[in-house]
Amino acid sequence: MAKELWKGNEAFAEAAIRAGLQAYFGYPITPQTEALEYMSARMPELGRVFLQAESELGAINMVYGAAATGVRTMTSTSSPGTSLMMEGLSYIAATELPMVLVDVVRGGPGLGTISPSQGDYNQMVHGGGHGDYYPIVMAPAGVQETVDMVYGMFDIAEKYRSIGVVMLDGSIGQMIEPAEMPPMLEVRKDIPEWAVRGGAGKDKRILTSINLDPAEMEKMNLRLLKRWKEVEKNEVRFAEYYMDDAKIAIIGNGTAGRIALSAVRTARAAGIPVGLLRPISLRPFPVQAVQEVAAQLDNILVVEMNAGMMLEDILKIVQGKTSVEFYGRIGGVMPYPEEILAEIQRIAANPAPIKGHPRDLWMERIEPVINQ
Amino acid sequence: MPLRGTIVVDENLCKACELCVEACPQHVIGLNAEIITPRGFHPAHLIKDECTGCGICALVCPEAAITVYREKRGAQG
Amino acid sequence: MVALDIKDMEIVYRHPDSLVDISTHYCPGCTHGIAHRLVAEVIDEMGLAKRTIGVASVGCSAFSYNYFDFDFVQSPHGRAPAMATGVKRSRPDRIVFTYQGDGDMISIGAGEIIAAAGRGENITVIFLNNANYGMTGGQMAPTTLPGMKTTSSPNGRDVEQTGYPILASELLATQQGASYIARRSLHDPKNIRMAKKAIRLAFETQVRGLGFSMVELLSTCPTNWHMTPANATKWLEEKMLPYYPIGDYKVHPELSELKV
Repeated sequence: MAKELWKGNEAFAEAAIRAGLQAYFGYPITPQTEALEYMSARMPELGRVFLQAESELGAINMVYGAAATGVRTMTSTSSPGTSLMMEGLSYIAATELPMVLVDVVRGGPGLGTISPSQGDYNQMVHGGGHGDYYPIVMAPAGVQETVDMVYGMFDIAEKYRSIGVVMLDGSIGQMIEPAEMPPMLEVRKDIPEWAVRGGAGKDKRILTSINLDPAEMEKMNLRLLKRWKEVEKNEVRFAEYYMDDAKIAIIGNGTAGRIALSAVRTARAAGIPVGLLRPISLRPFPVQAVQEVAAQLDNILVVEMNAGMMLEDILKIVQGKTSVEFYGRIGGVMPYPEEILAEIQRIAANPAPIKGHPRDLWMERIEPVINQ
Repeated sequence: MPLRGTIVVDENLCKACELCVEACPQHVIGLNAEIITPRGFHPAHLIKDECTGCGICALVCPEAAITVYREKRGAQG
Repeated sequence: MVALDIKDMEIVYRHPDSLVDISTHYCPGCTHGIAHRLVAEVIDEMGLAKRTIGVASVGCSAFSYNYFDFDFVQSPHGRAPAMATGVKRSRPDRIVFTYQGDGDMISIGAGEIIAAAGRGENITVIFLNNANYGMTGGQMAPTTLPGMKTTSSPNGRDVEQTGYPILASELLATQQGASYIARRSLHDPKNIRMAKKAIRLAFETQVRGLGFSMVELLSTCPTNWHMTPANATKWLEEKMLPYYPIGDYKVHPELSELKV
């Protein structure tokens, strides 16, 4: 199929439909709303389920109900909506149901901005609601990657009976890029063994998240953890650019990584040996790839569109083996490639290990810029 | 003469709430102090003969613990 | 006493097939059990057990899925109508009902229930109103009567501070999407019979594809009301009925011609 121009939000909606999505439930929220609008026309046209819920609480619990029947189901939202969905996500995880969530992240906290941000990193990568579990979280850096990721996420979610999250910032949702759509898959006809279907007596199925016996709940938690270990083994994804002979590594995911790549290319043209490691799966995190970078390179610059959420994970992995610095923009502001290039040039000119926490040093540098 | 009936109380289910005792129009149900159920209750039972099998005890029973039987119509001859 | 041989007798009443033959966790005399039984009887009589999916809620009824002998899912607090919507839209040929208490449905879940009724969602809601939060030990609910003492209104519900009970049936009946809204009570045999008919009509509403149906069942909570079960039924009759009048609040014309 040829490449066409697609807006990110509409592109992932179509990709989900082509992956055999059977039921979509959502609620309008900027900068995700085009996905809901696209679904509202396209799903009924194909005889599939679309419903605009009364709230994100409603939407996620409709997804919960649909997932319990074994259909391919998803929702999409943006950060404040994701916060509201945390309750349902935790219940869905506990009930071990597969579903896909696309979180088109905007600046916070609070109602915040409607501008692109990576401020949901902690609430998704380290969160997904109360209790001991992890959602699978992946972050694309463009429309085509979003399409492919959403298309593939249903299989992953079903394989592990887990929540699959595609977390993109608002800019990817809003931008128009050439993208090639994957082929339309058949909608599933069978009902998975574990799903409710209307069965009585010996065929009765109960799907619940309650287990009042702590000993039983502990076993269930262990089962989730063991399954998670399988996810860690199989689903780590990352991309590397110019890393073969790099002395400085930038680590950035999603759009922050993509903007950093522009800076890396410019720096390379000027002869600075810098490369980019772009984590694609954020949970499971590419721990080994970061460890290898830490073992071989003298300087790491973490770039994010938040105040250093992934930075903390990287510091934990690096364990002081190499100097880690940070550059971020917050609240819905995107960094320009020139800002990151300036950071690369600064580190290249003075590669000595920093003294102090990288966030503290970044705050000293960024405050005058923010207040400009 | 009214039809005669009887009840069988599932002692695993009865919790001795006495709603049947209260509701029985014939006043023929009481708690059986001689039995303690697995859950520690004195279960309901018939204390007199005059059960008509009307089913009201079963209707008010929150545990669905009572099976109600009644003579077949015409059985009295 | 003269022993009667039950082999020669007809069964007037027996445990419904759709109710699992196990002891419930409900307190002695709690009318949840009556509501369960009536729903199970209706499901049996309509032959729906093999195509019904129940949605349990949070509260004393959280474990209702253990007692009904057909498929069940269990929802977060108040979200049962949303979850039921997801089930019903995905499997429209199945019979889907929620079983919710008053705290669940009209406090934390007020948004979900109104939205489901407004959409005319083709689901059935069994709503137990016992005027307090039973499972957490008898706190004030939106349905608690003015002046009624609970563990969180120790001096009696003060309407100046906490407002008035929410009348769920009256409220939902204003929704155009609602096709059958009725309030019944479980305090005596006559009312229990009427409640069963209402539950039957609610499921008939769904089977006929007429849209949203809800039966509010006034219920007792002897433990948290600190009364014997028999006294609790009397208290319900004396105190709750005047505030919560039983009746049909909305009946779709197609149902009014139906004899059950």
